[in-house]
Amino acid sequence: MKSGTDLWTLGVIVGLAGVTVLTRCFFFILDRPWGLPEWAHRALHYAPAAALAAVIAPEIVMTQDRLITTLHDARLYAAVVGAAYYYWRRGVLGTMLAGMAVYLPLHLMLGW
Amino acid sequence: MFFVASIRRHPAFREGLRDMAPVALGIGAWGLMTGVAMVKSGMSVLESVAMTLLVYAGSSQLAAIPLVVAGAPLWVVLATGFCVNLRFVVFSLHLRPYLMHMPRWRRMLHGYLTADMSYAFFTRQYPAPPASEEEQRAQEAYLTGNYYVTWCAWMGMSLLGIALANFIPQTWGLGFAGVLSLVAVTCSMATTRLRILAALIAGATAVAAYALPLKLNIVAAIGAAVLLCFWLEKQFGLDPAAEDDK
Repeated sequence: MKSGTDLWTLGVIVGLAGVTVLTRCFFFILDRPWGLPEWAHRALHYAPAAALAAVIAPEIVMTQDRLITTLHDARLYAAVVGAAYYYWRRGVLGTMLAGMAVYLPLHLMLGW
Repeated sequence: MFFVASIRRHPAFREGLRDMAPVALGIGAWGLMTGVAMVKSGMSVLESVAMTLLVYAGSSQLAAIPLVVAGAPLWVVLATGFCVNLRFVVFSLHLRPYLMHMPRWRRMLHGYLTADMSYAFFTRQYPAPPASEEEQRAQEAYLTGNYYVTWCAWMGMSLLGIALANFIPQTWGLGFAGVLSLVAVTCSMATTRLRILAALIAGATAVAAYALPLKLNIVAAIGAAVLLCFWLEKQFGLDPAAEDDK
């Protein structure tokens, strides 16, 4: 866990802002027209979903650097309900609310 | 570019505002939870405010937080942010003919401020790039109206979330709301069978390779998912573009 503000984190934030500019403007930064190599076009199909899944999976099924060994964990049910809600109704906000509606009672009342 | 009066005076600016307004509530609520999640995950208030004001990309912010808190190296955080933002690279290819008539600083400022919703509304309103100077002005004003709504809703509610976060006890685990938001964004990107598979492979790899130093499990997971999907494409003669149309 980190504490307080540090320069390194502020550097990361500036870097991420640069990534936002770079990705949102990618094809109109330069004046001359250009395209991506073929393999990069194909990677675009999979990399975004893969990157996000890689970030969230450990946040859902791991505690203190280990895979959880119990089903008494509120995060599992919240994530499943959230994903189910998304495929049913769409919308980021609804997914989050549906997931939290499962997570909070289990987490606060049962201590899962 | 909403600080330029000549753009604001164009009637298309108001149109852009009006069309975008119904979405503001959802964007604001997501911003609120992102603000709460940033502070609750261990970022300081100053860092959270700086991230909100500068990065202005919800999913890459939320994806970066666990990595920053775990002390991952800069390039891993930036590479992850880049991959999460790859959809914008595709948008930028689409937006290029709409913006190329402007000087570079101007089109890049528009590009930076155009997030998912603004892109979707703008390209729906204008299926073709501008053909005359009047169309150029109208389209620029409409786009600016779109992202003015998004920007205000997102910034206002994110900052409110950061301010309120300290009144909410850590033990409630509200930071998990950020993860749930990302579950939705991941589902929205996993639109074909191969993409769903890519997400599952990446998730499993990230957990299995968690012991790797420097948060390299994220990079390993993206690499494994992309390469395995390339291999499957070849093996079964699948065309990713055709898969998209299903």
